[in-house]
Amino acid sequence: MQTTFPRLMLEHARQRPTAPALREKVYGIWQTLTWADLAQLVRELAGGMAVAGLKRDDHIVVVGDNRPRLYASMLAAQALGAVPIPLYQDAASAEFVFPIVNADVGFAIVEDQEQVDKLLEIRDKCPLLTRIWYDDPRGLRNYSEPGLTALDALIESGRSHAQANPGFFDAEVAKGAPQDMAAMFFTSGTTGNPKGVVHTHFTLLDRAKAGADFDKLTASEEVLAYLPPAWIGQNIFSYAQWLACGYVVNCPESAATVTIDLKEIGPTYYFAPPRVFEGLLTSVMIRMEDASAIKRKLFHHYMDVARKVGPALMDGKPVSFGDKLSYALGNLLVYGPLRNTLGLSRVRVAYTAGEAIGPDLFTFYRSIGINLKQLYGSTETAVFVCLQPDNEAKADTVGVPIAGVEIKLTDSGEILIKSPGLLKEYYKNPAATAEVLDASGWYHTGDAGFLDAGGHLKIIDRAKDVGRIIGGANDGAMFAPKYVENKLKFFPHVKEAVAFGDKRDRVCAFINIDVEAVGNWAEKRGLPYAGYTDLAQKPEVYELVRECVEKVNADLAADAMLAGSQISRFLILHKELDADDGELTRTRKVRRGFIGERYQVLVDALYEGRAEQYIETQVKFEDGRSGMVSATLKISDAKTHPAMKRAA
Amino acid sequence: MAERKIGDVILDVQNISLRFGGVKALTGISFDVREHEVRAIIGPNGAGKSSMLNCINGVYTPQEGSITLRGQTFRHMNSRQVAESGIARTFQNLALFKGMSVIDNIMTGRNLRMKSNLFQQAIRWGAAEREEIAHREVVEKIIDFLEIQAYRKTPVGRLPYGLQKRVDLGRALAMEPSLLLLDEPMAGMNVEEKQDMSRFILDVNDEYGTTIVLIEHDMGVVMDISDRVVVLDYGKKIGDGTPDQVRSNPDVIDAYLGTSH
Repeated sequence: MQTTFPRLMLEHARQRPTAPALREKVYGIWQTLTWADLAQLVRELAGGMAVAGLKRDDHIVVVGDNRPRLYASMLAAQALGAVPIPLYQDAASAEFVFPIVNADVGFAIVEDQEQVDKLLEIRDKCPLLTRIWYDDPRGLRNYSEPGLTALDALIESGRSHAQANPGFFDAEVAKGAPQDMAAMFFTSGTTGNPKGVVHTHFTLLDRAKAGADFDKLTASEEVLAYLPPAWIGQNIFSYAQWLACGYVVNCPESAATVTIDLKEIGPTYYFAPPRVFEGLLTSVMIRMEDASAIKRKLFHHYMDVARKVGPALMDGKPVSFGDKLSYALGNLLVYGPLRNTLGLSRVRVAYTAGEAIGPDLFTFYRSIGINLKQLYGSTETAVFVCLQPDNEAKADTVGVPIAGVEIKLTDSGEILIKSPGLLKEYYKNPAATAEVLDASGWYHTGDAGFLDAGGHLKIIDRAKDVGRIIGGANDGAMFAPKYVENKLKFFPHVKEAVAFGDKRDRVCAFINIDVEAVGNWAEKRGLPYAGYTDLAQKPEVYELVRECVEKVNADLAADAMLAGSQISRFLILHKELDADDGELTRTRKVRRGFIGERYQVLVDALYEGRAEQYIETQVKFEDGRSGMVSATLKISDAKTHPAMKRAA
Repeated sequence: MAERKIGDVILDVQNISLRFGGVKALTGISFDVREHEVRAIIGPNGAGKSSMLNCINGVYTPQEGSITLRGQTFRHMNSRQVAESGIARTFQNLALFKGMSVIDNIMTGRNLRMKSNLFQQAIRWGAAEREEIAHREVVEKIIDFLEIQAYRKTPVGRLPYGLQKRVDLGRALAMEPSLLLLDEPMAGMNVEEKQDMSRFILDVNDEYGTTIVLIEHDMGVVMDISDRVVVLDYGKKIGDGTPDQVRSNPDVIDAYLGTSH
């Protein structure tokens, strides 16, 4: 789209001035801001910012929840040619220092007292930051810091400025070009400093439009904006696509009311990371447990029907008349009311992204008639790279490349992307830019994957973690540890898994059982146990885990590229992997290399074909003391399957 | 913390003595409360804190002494007179309507300010409807202020204790009191709930300018949020002053801090 954000906003205000643009629940009632109201608000904000000294190419941070006036502030800054930088509202104050200093930020617009306090705390470290405006004045009446003003005052000063200079705003908007920098998003670096991803009006709007065309989004969509606006996903869904399509964005009252607001709004276009869908499902299951016996029976009966029939119906496959009938009945009795309770009755398109979603979770939503799909993208690609078409949603792929995207795979399996939505650069970081954007314009994602027979992209792991099997029956096959581990972890009985296989002749794995799930399972069978270590070594538990492993193997065997990653031997660890022992990162990702070294004897035992191995391990307890855990671990073989075909 | 303007004395309690038969609940208690301040009454169990509060808001009539509220001296007012003079209170053992929603509970606090009669309210007609809408707005502002939007329509009995306490505070605020009496607002709360409640009390004091008299058992909390503290022990006043003065008062240390630490 050869346009800019403020121009689109003015266009909507001109064509449909009375149509709703934003809604916000205030004092229990949804208040509507029309496109004309919005244009007026942006005009006044921009005037105020100009008076305060915000100029073209200046940077302004925006910190807060999804609030109409913060959205308007971003538009106002963009209208003046300045660049809004949304920051995570839940970040600690120290985390604000780097982006503010790195991007030479002189202005900030924040939501409330909490954010004001955080910025004031770091003010001496950010000498350029001179002006802070706040939306909600509660608790701030007696603050007298220099440069701290209410947004109301800014709007007031903008109003008189607009009266004195009637042509100013439109002239400023006209000066903006699609290739200008539109926004900057700081990516949370797990190592080192965060990087400021620079996007232009064109990159963001082109992808917003491509995504909207793909799903045929219209101006009548309803969207609930409840994830942090600093995250590009939320920004694309409730800002870029909002302006590209002209639909309505609804801002919930507070984080605690999201589920209530979701029900009231009934969005038609919905986006959430897997953990949100998981949370919703858990709350349904807990409430079903408390329901009366008849309701519970009804629920379970029709969920079985849904599991059998739902996905096929969703994918437009033929279904027998009897199945159709019982699904229709289930829809009337269970699925319809359930969708309504979840607030997803009107959803036409729902997306999940960000991490791998379990097949059971994914199928649950699709089977009750919610068109849940996956997409692939990142901050650097302005989100939309691959999307799943309506009838082709699968749990283990992320869809087909959409209009404008070219995908290429390197020999090592890394995914390269060419798209109009690629980042312009990392701000003031040419070295990092050169690392991901090569001379011919390919963006190196760092993800490894491949396109399956249907043209769907399948992400298997981070490229640097993908290895090769050397020697044995599967010599040269690709080994994707995280892919295998995720598949294992989707089983409720498996808590963590660590797969080994790079430069070895076959794949072996360590397993951590989920002590709650397996404990429950053992209790139901009258199997006594004393703690994790004892439970983990029960032959029955090994049998249980072996079934899981063999299911994973059967799955992998069906996959031409990954058949070589089947697990031939495994053991269940005698202790739970723990971040305190350095085995997991604080975000609970397994540190494969460290674990491999720490349990070298176990790895050797797996590969040398021993049936059991004695091990002693030092562990740290939560109170800081340390102790020893020792056990003789059994090692079990698992059935593997020959690869079905060896061509990709 | 921002600076608050503390004004003149608005409530002056002089020589209050209260007896239940032979039991002396309060003996010759005198203290004053200034406008906009947070005034705490502390003391060990049975020290007479709640009795003192009950004298101020007309539940008990003291045998001796006088209470002067904004220049008006009295020994006893009935509860309605107290409410009309701008005093609201919360209760130690929540006295909420458990089966009613949060909104309805807080709405009851507006009762005194409603002018339409029972018949008009019953059929919700004309003035009654307009009035209800206006009152509902006040209630919604309180709900927003206390951050309980997610529970608007939840029956109060289903809420956790800490939130019920917040609803209780909300109902008192709905009267738009100039003087708010809080009877152990943090009793039975966990640390986090106590912190939340402290913040709300300070916010009420700051945003609405409400004068607050609170009774509290938890010394730590009181010292943090009060401007001045009265200490009672066995119905007698043993200390009065800023938190620092009280903390270093030897009688107080003996009676209270000394035994509780």
